[in-house]
Amino acid sequence: MTIEVKNIVKRFGAFAALDNVDLKVGKGELLALLGPSGSGKTTLLRIIAGLDWPDAGEVRIDGEDALGHGASERHVGFVFQHYALFRHMTVFENVAFGLRVQPRAVRKDEAKIRARVKELLDLVQLDWLANRYPSQLSGGQRQRIALARALAIEPRILLLDEPFGALDAKVRKELRQWLRSLHSEIHVTSIFVTHDQEEALEVANRVVVMDKGRIEQIGTPGDVYDNPATAFVHGFIGESIVLPVEVSGGSVRLAGRPLNIAADGAAAGASKLFVRRHDMQIGPAGTGSLEGAVRHVRSFGPIQRAEIALSGGEGKTVIEIDAPRDRELQAGEIISLQPRRYRIFAAKE
Amino acid sequence: MSMQTNFVTPVAQLKAYASTAGVAIAIPSHGEPGERSRAVASPRDLRTEPGPIRFVVIALAVSFLTVFVVLPLVVVFASAFSKGISAYFAALAEPEALSAIKLTLLVAAISVGLNLVFGVIAAWAIAKFDFRGKTFLITLIDLPFSVSPVISGLVFVLLFGAQGYWGSWLQAHNIHILFAVPGIALATIFVTFPFVARSLIPLMQEQGTQEEEAAISLGASGLQTFFRVTLPNIKWGLLYGVLLCNARAMGEFGAVSVVSGHIRGETNTMPLLVEILYNEYQFVASFAIASLLAMLALITLVVKAVLERRLDEGQIPRNDPGDH
Ligand SMILES: Nc1ncnc2c1ncn2[C@@H]1O[C@H](COP(=O)(O)OP(=O)(O)OP(=O)(O)O)[C@@H](O)[C@H]1O
Ligand SMILES: [Mg+2]
Repeated sequence: MTIEVKNIVKRFGAFAALDNVDLKVGKGELLALLGPSGSGKTTLLRIIAGLDWPDAGEVRIDGEDALGHGASERHVGFVFQHYALFRHMTVFENVAFGLRVQPRAVRKDEAKIRARVKELLDLVQLDWLANRYPSQLSGGQRQRIALARALAIEPRILLLDEPFGALDAKVRKELRQWLRSLHSEIHVTSIFVTHDQEEALEVANRVVVMDKGRIEQIGTPGDVYDNPATAFVHGFIGESIVLPVEVSGGSVRLAGRPLNIAADGAAAGASKLFVRRHDMQIGPAGTGSLEGAVRHVRSFGPIQRAEIALSGGEGKTVIEIDAPRDRELQAGEIISLQPRRYRIFAAKE
Repeated sequence: MSMQTNFVTPVAQLKAYASTAGVAIAIPSHGEPGERSRAVASPRDLRTEPGPIRFVVIALAVSFLTVFVVLPLVVVFASAFSKGISAYFAALAEPEALSAIKLTLLVAAISVGLNLVFGVIAAWAIAKFDFRGKTFLITLIDLPFSVSPVISGLVFVLLFGAQGYWGSWLQAHNIHILFAVPGIALATIFVTFPFVARSLIPLMQEQGTQEEEAAISLGASGLQTFFRVTLPNIKWGLLYGVLLCNARAMGEFGAVSVVSGHIRGETNTMPLLVEILYNEYQFVASFAIASLLAMLALITLVVKAVLERRLDEGQIPRNDPGDH
């Protein structure tokens, strides 16, 4: 099933939580919605699910107008950030709920409901917990039960709001892989909210980056990482070194000193130079655009992370770079740096 | 925000209010004040307290309770049975007594029934929706708590009395509200309204709307959501509110006294009859009826203690993701 969101606007008072959001999700896709806290991710999901209503715009599920239907008629599976399991029901009854509330005409008989619930509990590998109450489960188990419950109604689409948000790093990682393999098994069109970029890049086919109620970029994980469309995306996805520069007449200056890099068509004026930590080429002093003193080196695994105080200008700018360990850096050493890959975006304001 | 601070100690307020009805006598068996002092005083403080002082404090508390709570109860039952068991039952079998008991039960049934429905609706609206005038509605719910019951009764006299706003219209259509069952029921409904709503609002606010939203997204209708998700989650709180509401409805004196008209065998509820009989020096009959009310109080207390235990269990945030 496809999801189409057109020009959605949602205001809370004067504040626009969603500002003209446009999004298309293809059949069987697993899409990650990524953005900082308050960027409108939950609001968008709630509107798609029918738990909230937009002030303007359209929502189409499989081409059909969804805004004409309430949440109970949309057949959208929703996994809530805080699980929202029914606390007075057993795990079994939680999963069976969606089947039991169906209109009598289409409701399955008890034996079929039991079989279906059993099947779902097997799918999430928790059939042995059927008679427990939600309070007797661990966070990761609750999360999987919430997912099984949402899947019980054979939803047309599946929406997951920060499904692993409240879990510790190790469990998150497990569930992440588990979710990806589950998706390749059942292939339901899914949107999955997170503010953890690693999670988004690892699980999703495509990533949507949101900020302040707007979509900043839509692309494959590789795309948003390698070709960020805006300064926000560059800063948000992956760690970046950001330097304030001045672009004029095709040259780029940092604190008045020209850098040996091309402006790449960036507009003249105050700008920001973005470089990934690992995209700084290290050379002997006097050979690159930037120069600085190594203040601090920490080595782990294949890389060394160095803190470098840039010289020139105020001399106050300190950046962190990741370098391979083929050339060990020493604290106090003066080195030169040359951006291998970089992006220049106009500074806002 | 202001709304939530309003509800910090609803249970304590309810208890205080209920006790004014003279029905649910507030023995701090499982009560909040006791719990608070237990929480504040660290074990070390208790141990450093010299033995004699501890003894005096406990003795004071016990004798205070004996004088003000246990003694009156004993007196009620002793007086009721002072002329023997047969006199006791004869007094209860009097037509006037029977009619008062029936009327009290009827009024309690009506007001508890209606307040159950109104209270759930009001609590639902306040806890689960945001709308203009919400603070005003909360204040309105509290009104019966802050107004003297006599004034509450007078309001109905002003509305429905012969000289009241709608008095002449009612008379013209031969509808009897004042000095009849409807008036007594209305006054009782008014003074007991807050109990159900007040015991539910904090509970429902704490539970939020997540489970309801989950139910709806799973295809449940509004009614299914209410009966399968909301109601089971609030049932102990609801029973608690109903219990207190009932105790107050049966024990209410002031408001009912104003609207009842004291027609013998017709509009006297049990508390009113107790007073009338007492004033007529029929002590056995008076205390016999009073003993029924006292028994109601004792039963209420026991059930309340049980319910409070269930409520405390229910309030452990079981679905909280942060507690693993
Ligand atoms: N019911 C509401 N009333 C007023 N403002 C709201 C309401 N719901 C959300 N907002 C505001 O809308 C904005 C977007 O909220 P939303 O919950 O969609 O953020 P989010 O991207 O899901 O954030 P998080 O990662 O923290 O969950 C926030 O600034 C929030 O304060
Ligand atoms: Mg959110």
